[in-house]
This record gives sequence, structure tokens and C-alpha cells, in this order.
Amino acid sequence: MAHDVPSRRLRSPTTEAPAARYALMALALLFLALFLLLPLAAVFIEAFRKGTGEFIAALGEPDTLAAIRLTLIVAGISVPLNLVFGVAAAWAIAKFEFKGKAFLTTLIDLPFSVSPVISGLVYVLLFGAGSALGPWLKSHGIEVLFAVPGIVLATIFVTFPFVARELIPLMQEQGNGDEEAALSLGATGWQTFRYVTLPNIKWGLLYGVLLCNARAMGEFGAVSVVSGHIRGLTNTMPLHVEILYNEYNFVAAFAVASLLAGLALVTLVVKTLLELRYGADIAAGRKH
Amino acid sequence: MTTPAAASVRWRLRQPSVIPGFGLTLGFSLAYLTLIILIPLSGLLWRTASLSGSEFLSILTDERTLNALKVSFGTALAAAFINVVFGVIVAWVIVRYEFPGRRIIDAVVDLPFALPTAVAGIALAALYAPNGWIGRLLGYIGVKAAFNPTGIVIALVFIGLPFVVRTVQPVMEEIDREVEEAAATLGANRFQTVFRVLLPGLAPAILTGFSLAFARGVGEYGSVIFIAGNIPYVSEIAPLLIVIRLEEFNYAAATAIATIMLSIAFLMLLVINLIQAWSRRRYGHGA
Amino acid sequence: MEVRVSKIRKEFDRYPALHDVSLDIRSGELIALLGPSGSGKTTLLRLIAGLEQPTLGRIFFGTEDASLKTVQERHVGFVFQHYALFRHMTVAENIAFGLKVRPRGERPPKAEIRRRVEELLEMVQLSGLEKRYPNQLSGGQRQRVALARAMAIEPKVLLLDEPFGALDAKVRKELRRWLRAFHDRTGHTTIFVTHDQEEALELADRVVVMSQGRIEQVGSSDDVYDRPNSPFVFSFIGDSASLPVTVGEGAVRLRDVPLGIAPRGGDVRSGEGTLFFRPQDVTLVTDGGPALEGRVATSRRLAGTRIADLDIGTPADPHHVEIEVPLDADATAGTLIRFRPTRWKIFPAEG
Repeated sequence: MAHDVPSRRLRSPTTEAPAARYALMALALLFLALFLLLPLAAVFIEAFRKGTGEFIAALGEPDTLAAIRLTLIVAGISVPLNLVFGVAAAWAIAKFEFKGKAFLTTLIDLPFSVSPVISGLVYVLLFGAGSALGPWLKSHGIEVLFAVPGIVLATIFVTFPFVARELIPLMQEQGNGDEEAALSLGATGWQTFRYVTLPNIKWGLLYGVLLCNARAMGEFGAVSVVSGHIRGLTNTMPLHVEILYNEYNFVAAFAVASLLAGLALVTLVVKTLLELRYGADIAAGRKH
Repeated sequence: MTTPAAASVRWRLRQPSVIPGFGLTLGFSLAYLTLIILIPLSGLLWRTASLSGSEFLSILTDERTLNALKVSFGTALAAAFINVVFGVIVAWVIVRYEFPGRRIIDAVVDLPFALPTAVAGIALAALYAPNGWIGRLLGYIGVKAAFNPTGIVIALVFIGLPFVVRTVQPVMEEIDREVEEAAATLGANRFQTVFRVLLPGLAPAILTGFSLAFARGVGEYGSVIFIAGNIPYVSEIAPLLIVIRLEEFNYAAATAIATIMLSIAFLMLLVINLIQAWSRRRYGHGA
Repeated sequence: MEVRVSKIRKEFDRYPALHDVSLDIRSGELIALLGPSGSGKTTLLRLIAGLEQPTLGRIFFGTEDASLKTVQERHVGFVFQHYALFRHMTVAENIAFGLKVRPRGERPPKAEIRRRVEELLEMVQLSGLEKRYPNQLSGGQRQRVALARAMAIEPKVLLLDEPFGALDAKVRKELRRWLRAFHDRTGHTTIFVTHDQEEALELADRVVVMSQGRIEQVGSSDDVYDRPNSPFVFSFIGDSASLPVTVGEGAVRLRDVPLGIAPRGGDVRSGEGTLFFRPQDVTLVTDGGPALEGRVATSRRLAGTRIADLDIGTPADPHHVEIEVPLDADATAGTLIRFRPTRWKIFPAEG
């Protein structure tokens, strides 16, 4: 009698009853399906609504190709610049103790709390016709606004913090020990960075660049304000999506959108793989 | 830290270190930051300062401006509330339950971070419009979920979800199982443990997530304008009004609205920092 | 309230953590579960609390079968190793928690709860700190809040998991005496888990020595120290030396050399065995009679005695034992020392 199993099965005190558990899981999945998965699926379904032929034809439009080209150019300029800035800022902030460091960190995060439209607006105010710089630029034939430089600037503004904020916590966590060891062994500053620091932060860096790039290619509000929406000239892919959509050219709009959604998916997959494989190497930066 | 001896040492910008490159990296960072962020932003403030007080007030008290601000803040608030409820549930399910596809669900939460806002905007509009898949279903029960403030809330729920999940999730992962067991040994049922012990412990993180989602929602543009219908006084958001004023070359109005939005955004940032400082001081952990 | 553990078996993912453990705990007893990590002591404590469910077997509180009850229904006071205080609640709120979560009908009125909290705070000597948050308390204070919180529900049994594990040595000693006094005053049946034998021997009425999911011995401090019933208990509690010996014809031999002692009591009477003795239970042999013989490898002064590390074996079969030698004996390295155990135990050789 003493050796049998208690007849009442008791569940662990740190879990919910199965009914509550399934209800919560169902609720979470339904919510994610309605708000995240269905919209994602809708992009591809709408894009292929009239078949693959239409889809390819839509992407082959000269204006669409121009938009793709412009988006690549803008990301190609702004991401490397923000990469260099991110590494420099992270080096200064993570490796040294100096006055005003907390303030500097706050400033770097600033673009995250500014509406994208305002990010565009500040450049319009700076370079526009009504500004101090505007007439001077115009008389020298330099176009910033409603041209590629303006789009690049606005993109840099909104993607500014991504690399830095991945690297700063990561490098802070890693400390200065490795670098001090390298320097004591006679390495120069550059060698120390190249052979000691960089290998330690490479996955975190890649992670930051990935997020930065996704945002750079997808930015809409800020770019919309400074671009002037000139077809074939100053339309990036997201802006082109808007124009096509407003022209009720839904298949083309969703076709271009599906390219961007594909980019987002690739970003998510690579990001997840990085987290799975190199979780510890990017962990410090993961806590947004 | 400061000993009497140290006080006599001359003031210095940084503590000594053998690591090179301080001047170069800090100098470059500051120069870049100044050029890209500080000068343009101060241009905005300078513009605002050059507006007279009455001008500023008349723009702000304009019916359309007031309504746009009301729509932006109201919908952002509603969406942030929805995201807090569902964000906490989603985070809980991801952290606590084992089920097939959990990793995929975890990854999918970041979709709004990665998906361009315009893409999200047209996709949501296609789904929730009266002739869309979900819009049609909602139509049967008399709910109109697009081209009105409800549509804006839907877009902002999409945009804001990861902010709540990603702030709450790490704190949830670190919940000490012993604390839950302690509550159980003291006689608390699961419901009491969750609502009296676990959720209050998560409150600082939840508040931070709420503020982040709210701040992002107020400024959001791309995902909203396709589903909002953009009817002045009803479903026109403040960022859109800035764009409209700019297109009318009414820089003064655009500037004034932007300044108000910025001030409120900074206020939110301040609130977040205060919550975290307060929580660290009192409970010994951040959010 | 007496607690009876009856043939409890616990498996985690088919890996057994406890093998058919039975234990009777008397009402009002202060009992220690002592063992190295992985011995199953914490698992046993958690099973008694209802935090884990046994794979097989039953647990009785008095005559009641507690195995059928949830942790909430068992009314045990559990104090966790890391206190597990609710950090967003004040000290007073922490202590009152167990009363406030009672169903409405059984919940004491607010004034009563406040009175009880004050009483408990006084009992754990923390009056005046009720408004503090756990974060603002020292480790020892947190531990006492945890105890007060557990006591608030008037538990039938008090269970403590490594209650002093996270404290520094000085606070630990203080709190240990304090807990003994506290127990003597309240008279609760108290079970605590520890890996610190000094703590167990000093504090407990009875010590349960556990190893690898089994109970090795249950007894008073004197029992487990002076009369260990297994090689594990002998070597786990206190210092000891062990040597492989052969027993036969009323004599004990090491490599065919008689040691001058005869098996007695529960010792192995013939065949291979392992001889255990404590460093202080030896006498030096100077008359040339049969004895253990070894050269001093090192020696060190330890408070009032000297400990010599003797090299007893041959190069092919090396053995070291540590014994206490009188302070006036020559114990410089290389000295030959002959000695005989005065108290010992011979267990059958393993395997």
C-alpha cells in the first residue's frame, strides 16, 4: 500500500493548468497570426494574384528598376558610414571612462525617439528654399533636397544608432583585458583592433549591420519628406510602392513590396541563426 | 570615489588608459553626430524659436492640428495598451511554454522591426479594408477596421508589439522559480501568484515597453497612412499633417507641430529613464 | 506534527534522484538532511513540501496522507536558499502575503494581519524595518524575513533549504544559534538541508546523512560521528584515514604485517576489508610490538596538536594517512613513526 502511486496527479506549482496554458497559447498564436503572419502572407499573395508573369513584368518596369537601383545606392552609402561611426563611437564609449559619456549614449539613441517625418523635416528646414543654406546651394548648382544626397542624409539619420547600440553593450561586457594584453605584447593600436577586438565583436557587428541595412532599405517617412517623389529619379523602393499603390496598380505595388518583405525575411532568418549560433557573442546587445 | 587627494588632481576629461584611439574615435563620433543629428535638429529648434508666441499658439490651437494630435496620441495610447496585454501574453508563451515552432514564433515577433513600414501599411490595408480577408469578416459583425481610427490602431499594434515583447521577455526569463514556489508554499493559487507576485515584478519592464510602443506609435507614419483613410479631423495623424503643411510650403506650421511632437517624445524618454532609475533604486533591478 | 516519508522514489527524466527513501521524523524535532551535492537531500525536502511529486511512495503528515495534497494545501513553511523574497513588496507585505492570499472566508481581518506581522517581526528581531524593501536589507536580515514570512501561515512543518548557504561565515554562525533558540521556543517540526557537516552536527537533534539518492545513516551527532555505519559516513563526516586490510584468525593485517588490533563489534571477521580511523584515535607504539609503520612526509601544527602525514605504503602500493602526534614527539620529515588505532571500524572491501 505504501509503495503505490498517489492517485491524484498534481501539477508543478510553477505552471498553469493545462486549460489556461492552451488558452494562452491559442490567444498568442491567434494574435500573432492576425497582426504579423497574415499581413506578411498577404504581401506575397497579392503580388502573385495575377500570376508569375505579371509579377515579373511589374518588376521589369524601368521606374521600378530605377527605384531598386536607388535603394541599393542609398543603403550602399549610408550603411558603411554608420558602420564606421558605430565602431568608432563604441570604441570611445566602451573602452574609456570620460565625462559626459551617459549623455553621449543618450544622444546616439535620439533618432529612435524622433518621428521619421520629423527626421526628414529637419533636412528640409536645413537645405530648403526658406533656409540660410538653401539659396547658396541653389546658386552653386548643388541639389540636396529632392535629390539623392537628401535621401542619403535622411536615411543616415534614421539608421544612425543601429550599429553603435549593438556594439556598445557588447564591448562593455567584454572589457579591456584582451586589448591591454595585446598592447603589452607590443601590438600597435590598429593591430590590436584588427586582430583582437574585431574577431570578438564580428558577430555583434554583423547583427547591427543587418538591422541597419533592413531599416535603410525600408525607410519610408523620412525619405518621403525629402525625396520629392520624382519617378525614376528620387523614388526609393518603399516610395515606389506608395506611388503604385495610390495608382491602384496593386500587383506592381505588392510585387515591389514582396522584394522588401523578402529582404525582411532574410534579415530575420540570418538574425535568428546568428542568435542561435553565436548567442553569447551578441547577447549583450540583444536586450533592446 | 573621490578622495581628498584626488580632488587636488587637475580636472581631466577622461581617466587614464593605455588603450589608444580615444581622441580619434571620440572626435570622429562627435563630428559625425553633430553633422547628422545635432545641427539639423537644432535647425528645427531655431526655426521654432523664430516663431512668435501668438503664431505658435494659433497653429497649435488650429482645429485640424488639435484633432491630428488627438488622433495620434489617442490611437498610440490605445495601441500601446493592446500591445501591453498581448505582448505580455506572447512573451509568456515564448518564455514558459515548449511547443513546436516556438523558435519561429520568437523570431516572427521581430518582423515589425524588419519589415519596411510602407509594406506593412499596404498589407494591413489589404487585409483589414472592407473587401479584405479580415475586413470582410469584421464587416459581418458590423465592425469597420480600416479608413478610420480603428485602422490606425491596428497599424500601431503591428508596429509596437516587438517593443513590449522584447523589453518584457528578458526580465521574464530571469524570474526566479523559487519566488513562484515561495508564493505557492504560502498558499497562493496560480492566479494569485501570477497577478500578485509575477506581474508586479514585471511592472517596470511592462511600463518601459508601453512607453516605447507609445512613443513609436505617436511618430509612426508609413504603416498608418495606407489604412488610416486620412480624413481631416477624424483619422489624420500628426506626422501626416506635417507632410501636408510642408507640401503647402507652410514651414511654420510643420515646424510647430514637429516641435510639440518632439517635446512629448522627449518627455516619454525622460519618463522611461525615471521609471528605470526608480525601479533600480527600489527593487535593485532595471526594466 | 510528525512527518513520515515512506519508500519515496523520484526520477527526473528516468534518472533516479531518490531510491526508495523512508524516514520518520518526530514531532518537534530539528532534523538535518546532510550530504554532498547530488545526494538527493534538496529533492527530498522539496518532495515533503509538495514542490515536486514523487514517482513512487507516500508522505504522511501525522496520519494524513500529504501525497494527495498540493503544495498550497500542505501548509508547510519553506525557506529558500536565496530567500525568494518578493522584491516589489515591503518587508511587511512579504510577511503578510500568506495571510492575504487566503480565501475570503479564512482571511483574517486587516488589523489582525497587521498585528501578526508586527508580532512576527518582533520574533525575528526586525521590528522597525517593515517598510523596507528586500533590496535594502542585509543577507541575514533577508533570511529572517523569509523565516517570518514562512511562519506567518502557522505551518505544520518548517522546511529550510540550505538556510545559511548564501551568508558569510560570521553571520552564518550567529544565525545558526539564533535558529536553534527560535526552534526551541516555537517547537515546530523543522527539517533543514545542508552540505555543511559542522552546521548539521551543531544544530540538529538528528542528522540524516545522504549519498547518491539514499539515506546512509540517521542518528544523533554522536551517532554519526562516533559510530558511522558505512564507509561513506565515516569519510564524509570528520577527518579520517582508510587503509585496505586483510582480516583473519582474529588479526588485522596490512600487506601480511599484523597491525596489533583485532576485529571487534561489527567489523569484518575474515577476508578483505577497509580499515577506517580518525587522526586523533591513535596511540604511538614504542615497545616494538605489532603496529602500523610509516615515515613522516610532512607535518604541520594545528592549534593544540600536530598532524603528521605518514607515508605508509611501498612504491608499488603507496598509502598516506594523517594522524595526530603528541607535540613532544619527533615528527620531522623522514622520522619513522609506529602507531596503532585505538578506535576504528573495518568495513567489507568494496567490489
